[in-house]
Order: sequence, then structure tokens, then C-alpha cells
Amino acid sequence: MTDVMAEMKERKREFKTTVDGIVVERVYSPDDVSENEIAAGLPGKYPFTRNIMPAGYRTRLWTMRQYAGFATVEETNKRYKYLYKQGQTGFSVAFHLPTQMGYDSDHPLALPEVGRVGVAIDSLKDMEDLWSGIPLGEVSTSMTINATAPIILAMYIAAAEKQGVAQGQLMGTVQNDLLKEYVARNTYIFAPEPSMRLTTDICGYCAQNMPKWNSISISGYHMREAGATAIQEAAFSLCNGIAYVQAMIARGMDVDSFAPQFSFFFAAFSNLFEEVAKFRALRRMWAKIMKERFNAQNERSMMLKFHVQTGGCTLAEQQPLNNVVRVTIQALAAILGSCQSLHTNSYDEALALPSEEAVQLALRTQQILAFESGVADTVDPMGGSYYVEWLTNKIEEGVQKYIATIDKMGGAQEAIKKGYIQREIRRSAYNHQKAVDAGEQVVVGVNQYTSEEQPALELFEIDEGVAKKQLERLSKLKSRRDSDEVQQVLDRVRQVASSGENIMPVLIEAVKAYATVGEISDALRDVFGEYKEPSVL
Amino acid sequence: MVRKKTRVLIAKPGLDGHDRGAIAVAQGLRDAGMEVIYLGLRLTPEQIVEAAIQEDVDVIGLSCLSGGHLTLFSKTMDSFKERSDKEIIFIGGGIIPKKDITALKAAGITGTFGPGTPINEITSFIKAELEKGSDDKED
Repeated sequence: MTDVMAEMKERKREFKTTVDGIVVERVYSPDDVSENEIAAGLPGKYPFTRNIMPAGYRTRLWTMRQYAGFATVEETNKRYKYLYKQGQTGFSVAFHLPTQMGYDSDHPLALPEVGRVGVAIDSLKDMEDLWSGIPLGEVSTSMTINATAPIILAMYIAAAEKQGVAQGQLMGTVQNDLLKEYVARNTYIFAPEPSMRLTTDICGYCAQNMPKWNSISISGYHMREAGATAIQEAAFSLCNGIAYVQAMIARGMDVDSFAPQFSFFFAAFSNLFEEVAKFRALRRMWAKIMKERFNAQNERSMMLKFHVQTGGCTLAEQQPLNNVVRVTIQALAAILGSCQSLHTNSYDEALALPSEEAVQLALRTQQILAFESGVADTVDPMGGSYYVEWLTNKIEEGVQKYIATIDKMGGAQEAIKKGYIQREIRRSAYNHQKAVDAGEQVVVGVNQYTSEEQPALELFEIDEGVAKKQLERLSKLKSRRDSDEVQQVLDRVRQVASSGENIMPVLIEAVKAYATVGEISDALRDVFGEYKEPSVL
Repeated sequence: MVRKKTRVLIAKPGLDGHDRGAIAVAQGLRDAGMEVIYLGLRLTPEQIVEAAIQEDVDVIGLSCLSGGHLTLFSKTMDSFKERSDKEIIFIGGGIIPKKDITALKAAGITGTFGPGTPINEITSFIKAELEKGSDDKED
């Protein structure tokens, strides 16, 4: 029998999960997995390989959270209300680049970018109007904001207060993960040290004042998008997570006082089993790190909770409808991997910002998976599969190797300073590109099964009048506020920034005086300076 | 006769931080034997033009995925033409809708390349365009 099997000719010499990936065998059997491993894993029990909650989606489905924001707050507020009506259960704010980089919309560098990749927020007034008619005490909001996260969180707190909602009631997340910005996403303003101080200021403030708020979302997503493999994504995120925990402990915080508010953000690409195994390995590894390395006592400190977004760079410009299928497989991977919340990409995003119709289809994809497919009816349905259990172990091994290497270098911050993580990711990105160019990695519609004809899509366009409209909002605001008060509060921002005090309280004061994102960022620049990336090529 | 190596400047104007494509293209062109200067991200059109003139490049490759390409690419091309008479090739990459390609071509861009473009397509494009330009001078 085995001889016959061995003689069976296969269609490839070797099957692999990813470009520099794991070699997959023909078939898996009980020999590939130890028995106690399968028996040990109950959902809701340490090390949480199968799920952090005992009943998974049977208690509550994942939060369907579509990342959205464009133009001015008026347009985005309309889109949010539309999504809410369509059944979306949480918000995810995309800010335009000037807000992310600490420039007001009237800054020369800002002008070409106003309202493009996200909504323009210059001041508390914009934040108040963004949430007009949406009760902040009842919704949960994720904000993709990093360098200016303290300012934007301060605005959210102040806007909620105006609605009569106390900060302690607020539910949501700020991304607040600067380490990965130096590696992949590139929206840093300050050098790594002051950035780490601001990041931990937020974590400390949330630990004391905002128990329902996730103070950080440690993001592998952007590193994956920049080219990292699944193993690299998992490893570098965990290393960044370790660095943040260490920084908080160095500030004198007890690990269980802040760690339950840490959350993560990962990508789901199209290799279904690899992604599911990655999520399972990540849960197990974070639990072990928190318990064994940091001696956490509270189980909530050990629970890896995470948001998933489907892979933006897997979307092809060619034959864009194929992307609907890719997104479905990737979303399925996230759900089988037991994510807490999910964003599904729109099929037209390699061509433009998504149209309303495409966004709706992306959300419907999640709803069909939730209510028609039955995949959410039992916890971790892949658990016990010889292949998936084996692959989970395999990924854990690969991740562990990277963690050991980075530990030896002195941790994530040092590894980033040395350019190690950046180089590893760039190597993977280039290898992937070469594999696609050579046709070794098939991308349907791109390097195989191509067609000349392209369907005409109705693409979304930003109204060219957006910048003008936002500049009017900004100048109106500036003429109405008390500018002496603004100057005084900006001085206090500088003072607190140069002291070791937590920055959050003075920022809340500053935004309430309607100091703008640009003005407050400039005050911080006065103290911290700006960081220029070292040359990478 | 050994012809001078083609010199290419790759840069990201504006605030967009998505540099995977720009870096991959820079590496790919270098592997194809061109001399590539990767200037990095968050640059103004003026900074890019300054570097292009100092480095005496034959090609400027601009990348932008934030939607600011119309303004940023056009400004860079205008600013270069104001300061130099050298006939060079401008190429652009990013999320660029078809409609905008027409506008960019009118503003002087030679070619645009979206996500998923094989790098050798860009290499051949540059070679072909440079040969077109040099036909009447050399050979």
C-alpha cells in the first residue's frame, strides 16, 4: 500500500504554505500530533489555543467593523450612519494622513492629501461633528491612529463628554503602536524613545481611567502588507508586544493592571489553513509569554484578543471581481481562527477608495459567513485536525526562532534600530514579487488566466472641493476660539512633555480649548524633535 | 561600446507611507542593471526635483497610494521642467484610476503601473522609452 502511495505522481515537486514557507506533506495522521496536545486544548482555558472564551461565537459573534472615513466629517458621519443601519456593530475610523502626521489641513504638506485616505480631523469641533447623532456610550470605536493617538484619544474623550458620556464608559481601541510604524506603516513623527513614552502614557491613562478601552492594538497587519510572511507577522508582533509590556513594567506598573487592555491586529491572507494555524499559535504563544515571562496572574492578561483585516495587498487590479472570492476565503480564515472583530476589504480597493456598493458587499460577505455558513456554530471547528494542529506547532516553532533572535539583539526596539526587522520583511516582499513574476506563485487573473477585457466599474471619487470645505471649517474654528487660552494651554503641553508626567490630562485640556492637531503636534515637536528615517536602500 | 548605465530616481511625494511597491521596484530595477537612487518617503516635489537634477537621472519614478497622485505627480513634473531641459522619463505607481491616467499623461507622465505589475514590465518599458529617445542621437 505505501509503495503504491509513493509511486503516485504529484502535480508539484513540493507543496509549500508561503514563499519561504513550510513544506506540506501529502497527508497527516495522529503520528504528527501528540495526543495530549489535542486533549489539552479546551476553549477558554490556558493557553487558549482554541479560543479565549469557552463558548466562542455561540455567546457573541465577532464585531463586524469596517474601516471607513473620507472627505470631511459630514460625509463620513453619513457613511457611518449608513453602515450602522446596515447592521455594522462597531466603528473603525480612518483618518486622513495630515491628522495621522500631526499637520492641520492648511499645512502645505497636507493640502494634496486632505480627506483622501480618511476623514479630516483638525480639532475637537470636527470630532464632535463626526459623531453627531451616534451615541458614544453605546457603540465601540476603533481608531487607526498612532503618532497623534494621544491627541485624537483626548478629542474622543472630550467629544463623548459633550454627549454626556463619561470616559469610563467608552468602548473601543486606539492603535497606538509606534514600533511597527518604523518598520512598515511609516506614520511616525518622533524618535522611538519619545514615541514609546507617549504610547505608554496612553496605556497608563487607560488602565486608570478607561477600563473598557483597549489602550493599544499591536499590529502585525501592516508588516504583513509590507511583505512579511505569516510567521514573521506573528513573530514581530509578539516581539513588539513584549517591548510594550517591558516598557510599562519599567514605568512601575503591575503587569495585570494594564495587560488586559492590550489588543492585537493581524492580517488574513488566502492560504486558509496557514492563517488559521497562525491565529491559534499566536493565542497560545501570547498566553505563555504573559504567564511565563511576565508572571501575569490574571488570566485576562494572558488572553490574546485581536482584530483581523483581510489582506489589502492580495487584491488585484486585474479582474477585480475575483477579489470578492479572495476576501471570502480570508474572512473565513479569520473566523475559523476565532478573531474578535473583522474588517473585510472591498473588491475595488486596488483601483480606488471603495464605492458604497463594494463596501456593502464586503459587509454582506461577513453576514453570509455568520448566518448562512454555520462556521460560527461551534468553537474552533479546526481543532483536532491533524494537519492544522501540526501546522499550528510548526508556526509556533518558526515564531519562537525569531523571538529568540530578537531577544538576543536586545528586543524589538533594538532590532528595529539595527534595521533587522525591516530587512527581513523586505527580503520576503522581494522574494514574493520574484515568485509571482516568475509564475511560481500563481495569482489568478494576474500571472495566469489573464484576460484583456476589464469590466467597467463605478469607482468612488473624492469631491475635489473637499480641501476647500475643510479649510473653511478650520478658519472658522480659529476665528471663534479664544486664542490666548490656546497659547497658554499649548505652553502647558510643552511643560508636561518635557516633564515625565502623563501627557493625557493636559491634552484633554488642550483639545477642549480647540487647539488643533497641528498646533498640539508642533508643541510636542518643540520638545521631542522630529525623526528622520535612516536610508534603507 | 558600453553605454552609460541608466540612472533612476525612485521617490514617494506626499505623506503616504506605503513603500512596499516603491522599494520592490527600486530593487528590481537595480537587479536589472540600472543605477537606482531610492530617495525615500514624505518628500516634497521640490526635494525630489533637486535630487533628480543633482543625480542627473534619466528616469524619475514616483509612487503614491493615498490618492494625492494628480497634484503631487504633476507638481513634480512641472517643477522639473522649470529647472531642467533634460528630456527624462516620468513613471508613476500606486492606486491610480484610469481616468486620472489620461490627466497624468497630459501632464507629461510616460507610463503608470498599478498593483500587480511584474517588475520586468517596468524594466522593458524604461528600456524601450530610452531607446526611442536616443534613436535620433545615437546608433
